[in-house]
Amino acid sequence: MNHQINRRHLLAGAGALTVSILAPGEKARAYVATAGVASRPPLKPTRLASYISINADGGATAWFGKPDMGQGTDVGVAQMVAEELDLPSERVTVVFGDTAVTLNQGGASGSFGVQAGGKAMANAAAEARLILVEMASKKLGVPVEDLTVENGVVIAKSDATKRVSYGELIGGRWFDHEVEWNGQIGNFLDIKNMRAKRKDPKDYKVYGTSPPRRDVPEIVLGSSDYVVDVKLPGMLHGRTILPPVAGAVPTKVDKNSIKGIPGVQVVQEGAFLGVVAPREWDAIKAARQLKVTWSKVKEPFVEHKDIYKHIRNAPVIKTGGDKANTDKAAMDEAFKGAARIIEATYEFPFQSHACMGPGCAVVDYKPNGMSRLWTGSQKPHYAADGVAAVLGVAPEKMQGVWVRGPGSYGRGDAGDAANAAAILSKAVGKPVRYQAQRHEAHGWDPKGPASIHMMRAGIDKDGKVIAWEYKSKGFDQRNVESNESKPQDNLFSQLTGVKPKPSLYFGLPEESYKFPAKSLSFEVIAPMLESGSPLRSSHLRDPVGSNNHFAVESFVDEVAFGLGMDPIDFRLQYIGNERDRELVKILAEKSGWQKHTGPRKQRRGDIAIGQGVSFVIRGPTRVAMFIEVEVNTKTGKVWAKRVVVAHDCGVVINPELLKMTIEGNVCMGLSRALMEEVTFDKNNVTSVDWETYPILDMTQKPESVEVVLVNRQNIPPSGAGEGSMRPITAAVANAIYDATGVRVRQAPFTPDRVKTGMV
Amino acid sequence: MAKITLNVDGATHKIDADPDMPLLYALRDDLGLRNPRFGCGLAQCGACTVIVDGEAVRSCVTPVDSVQKSKITTLAGLGGGKAHKIQEAYIAEQVPQCGYCINGWIMTAAAFLEKNPKPTEAQMKEALTGLKCRCGTHMAIMRAMMRAVQA
Repeated sequence: MNHQINRRHLLAGAGALTVSILAPGEKARAYVATAGVASRPPLKPTRLASYISINADGGATAWFGKPDMGQGTDVGVAQMVAEELDLPSERVTVVFGDTAVTLNQGGASGSFGVQAGGKAMANAAAEARLILVEMASKKLGVPVEDLTVENGVVIAKSDATKRVSYGELIGGRWFDHEVEWNGQIGNFLDIKNMRAKRKDPKDYKVYGTSPPRRDVPEIVLGSSDYVVDVKLPGMLHGRTILPPVAGAVPTKVDKNSIKGIPGVQVVQEGAFLGVVAPREWDAIKAARQLKVTWSKVKEPFVEHKDIYKHIRNAPVIKTGGDKANTDKAAMDEAFKGAARIIEATYEFPFQSHACMGPGCAVVDYKPNGMSRLWTGSQKPHYAADGVAAVLGVAPEKMQGVWVRGPGSYGRGDAGDAANAAAILSKAVGKPVRYQAQRHEAHGWDPKGPASIHMMRAGIDKDGKVIAWEYKSKGFDQRNVESNESKPQDNLFSQLTGVKPKPSLYFGLPEESYKFPAKSLSFEVIAPMLESGSPLRSSHLRDPVGSNNHFAVESFVDEVAFGLGMDPIDFRLQYIGNERDRELVKILAEKSGWQKHTGPRKQRRGDIAIGQGVSFVIRGPTRVAMFIEVEVNTKTGKVWAKRVVVAHDCGVVINPELLKMTIEGNVCMGLSRALMEEVTFDKNNVTSVDWETYPILDMTQKPESVEVVLVNRQNIPPSGAGEGSMRPITAAVANAIYDATGVRVRQAPFTPDRVKTGMV
Repeated sequence: MAKITLNVDGATHKIDADPDMPLLYALRDDLGLRNPRFGCGLAQCGACTVIVDGEAVRSCVTPVDSVQKSKITTLAGLGGGKAHKIQEAYIAEQVPQCGYCINGWIMTAAAFLEKNPKPTEAQMKEALTGLKCRCGTHMAIMRAMMRAVQA
C-alpha cells in the first residue's frame, strides 16, 4: 500500500469538525445549485443531462443512480467517466444516492456497480465528449477529425493554438441533448444506439490507476454523515416490539406499563407493534417495558439441529434447471454406463447479514407536501417506492435520500427499517427516526437461505468423468424480494397484514467445467412460517453463491482425489476455456501449489497444515483461490493463515480499491465459512447478538491475503463486489481435508464439527 | 431526570437526563456528537467506544451518572483539533469501507497505544479483540496499526 495522506482532504475534514455542515442528504441538492443552473432538464433516462454535466470549471459531474457501500464504486465510476471525457479522474464529481437528482440505476446490487452502472455512465460520457468536440469544431472552425482532447481542452491537432475548454463550451449549463435508452429501469438502465464510440482500450490512461476513496478522510476524522445522525425538527424516536414466538400477534397491550415515560405513544396495526417518544432513550425504555400479551400459536419452526432433515423431507414447490442441461434420459444413460459413481451431499446454514448497526431510517410523512426518506439502503430508489406505498403518496411526492449506513451486504434490514419508520411516521403524523435493536438486527433481518446440495459424478473405465449432476434443495433465494419497493417484501408491512409473494427461485452454480453429460438443477421448499418470519430468506452477499460453490468446488476435489488426480490438474483438464485455465495456472504458480493426490496431513506438533483451492465464475468475473489452513487437532479450531486470490474481472480500473474489496470479501467469507450459522429453536431465532452469532475476530484474520489481479485490457470491466466471496467456503474445506483427511460437508467449520470428524 | 454534568472533549456540558441512561445517548442526542454509534447496546462490538480518563469504554453500557467527574474524549476530540496519528494511518491505508465500526477501532487503539507505544503485532491484535468489522477490513486495520506504531 502506498497511499499518500492528502493534506487538503485532512484539512477539509478537520474543518468540518468545527463548522456547521449541511443536514445529511442536503449535499447532493446543494451541488445541483452550485452547477449554476436554475432549471435542469427533467430527470429522464432520455436526457443526457440526467447522467452527466460539465461544471463551470470545465470538470464533469456524473449523476450516478447507485450508492457506494464503501468499496469505492463512485471512484471507479469517476475514472470511467474521466477516461471517456479525457479528464483526470479528480475533475469528475460523482453525485449519488438522492432519488431527486439521479435516475434509478437499481442500487448497489449484484456486483453491477461498475459492470452495468458504470457502463451506462461511461456511455453517457462518451456521448457527451462527442457533443463537446462537435461544439468545439463549430466554434474553432476545425473539422472534428482534426480535434483531440487533453485534460478537458479540445485542441486542433494541426494547430495547437486553436483550443477551447469544456468549461468554455458548456460549463455550468446543462446538456440539452436527447439520448436513446434501453427502457430498463434498475441495474441495467443504459443508453443505446450511441453516436459516439467508446475509447479504444489501447488509449486508456485513467484505468489502472488508483485514486483513493473520497470519503475516507471524513469517515476517519468523524465528520461524515450517517443515516443514524439524521435529525429533523419535531422528530420522534421509534422502536418496535417483535413477538417472542414468531407468528404470534399481540392480543393485549397494557399502555399503563409505560405511562410514566414522557410523550410516549404506542402504535399498533395488526401484528405490528411500535412505540415512539421524543427522547431516544425513552423510546428504548418503552419498547423494553411495554407489557404485551401474545396469542398462542403453533410452534413455527423445527429445532435447529433438524433443519437439514426438514429440507430433505419438505415437499418441493418449485424446480429449475440450467438451459444447457443434458436431458434426463441421456443423463440416466450416462450414469448407467459409468464404471463408477462418486456421490456426496453438502449442507449450508441460514446466515445473517449481521450489519454493524441495526437498520435505521428517518421518514417524514407529509400528506400534503413532499414526503422524505433518509436511508442507508443499498437501493434507495426502491426503498423510497416502498415507503411511498406505505404512506399512500404518489411517487413524485416522495424523495429518498441515501445516507451512509452500517454497510450493506445484500438485502439486509435497512429496507425493513425504512418500512417501520414509514408506518410509525404515518401513524403519528410526525417525522420518525427508527432504529432496530441488536436482537432484532440479528434475529429478524432477512437471512441467506439454508440448503442442501446433492452431487454425483459418473466415471468411465478409463477414469474420465462422463456425467456430472448437481441438485440443490433449499429455501427460497428471495422469500422477500431484494429491492424493498413493495410493502409485501418488508417485515413490518407483513406484520400489518400484507401477504408476501416469494420469488420461488434458488439459483445455480456458475462454472466452466465441460463434461459429456451435465445437469444443474434446484428445488425450492416452502418457508416454515409464511409471513412475518425471522427466517424469511433473501439476498446475502453473493446470493446462494457460497452455498452452491461450497458444494461444487468441494466435490471437484473429492472426485479428483477419487481418481488419484491433483485438484489443480483435474480443474485444468475439465475447465472448458483458455481464459479460465490461465487463471488457475496463475493461481498455482503464485501460491506455490504443490501437487498432491490425497490428503497430506502435514503436522507441526498439534497443528495440522493443509492447502486447498477452488475456482468459480460469477457472471463475466472469474476467481481462483488458494487457502492454507492450520487446524488445531486438540481443539478443532481452524485458522486460515494464507490466502492467495487470482482475480479476473476484465480490465482493471482501480487496482488498489479492487484489492481492498477482495480482502473484505475474504475476511467476511472466512467468517461465514468458519463461524456463522443462524440458530433457532421451535419458537424463534436464538442467535440474536455477537455472542450467539460471532464473526471473525482480529486474532483470526489471515496472516496474509495476496491478490493477483489479471488485467484483461480488452475485456469490459465486470463486478468484483461478490465474486471472491463464493470460492472461500470450498477452498477452506479442501484445505481442512488436506490437513486432516476430514471431509467437512456441513458449513460452518466450527471446532466441534472439525474435531468430531477427526475422532 | 437529574442534572448531569459532563466533560467531553475539553468542554463542560450540563444536561437533564435519567441517571441510568447510557452515556451514548447523552453524547449523541443531548450533545449532538455523532461518532460514538449504537451497535449493540451490549458492549459486544465497540462502535460506541469513547475514552474515559484514559480507558477505552463502551458508552452504550456506561450509565451517564457514573462519569460526571471524568474526562471524556470522543473521536472528534481525539487529535485535539488535528488528525491523531492513528487517524492519519487509517487515511493513508484507506481502512474503512462502510466505516460504521471505525470509531471503536480508532478509540480502542488510541487508548492502547497511549499506554503501549511500541507493542508487538500479537499485542495489538489482542488489544483489538472484541471489536467487530462486518466489511472485513481486518487486513487494512492491521496495516494502519503498524504504520501508526512506526510513525
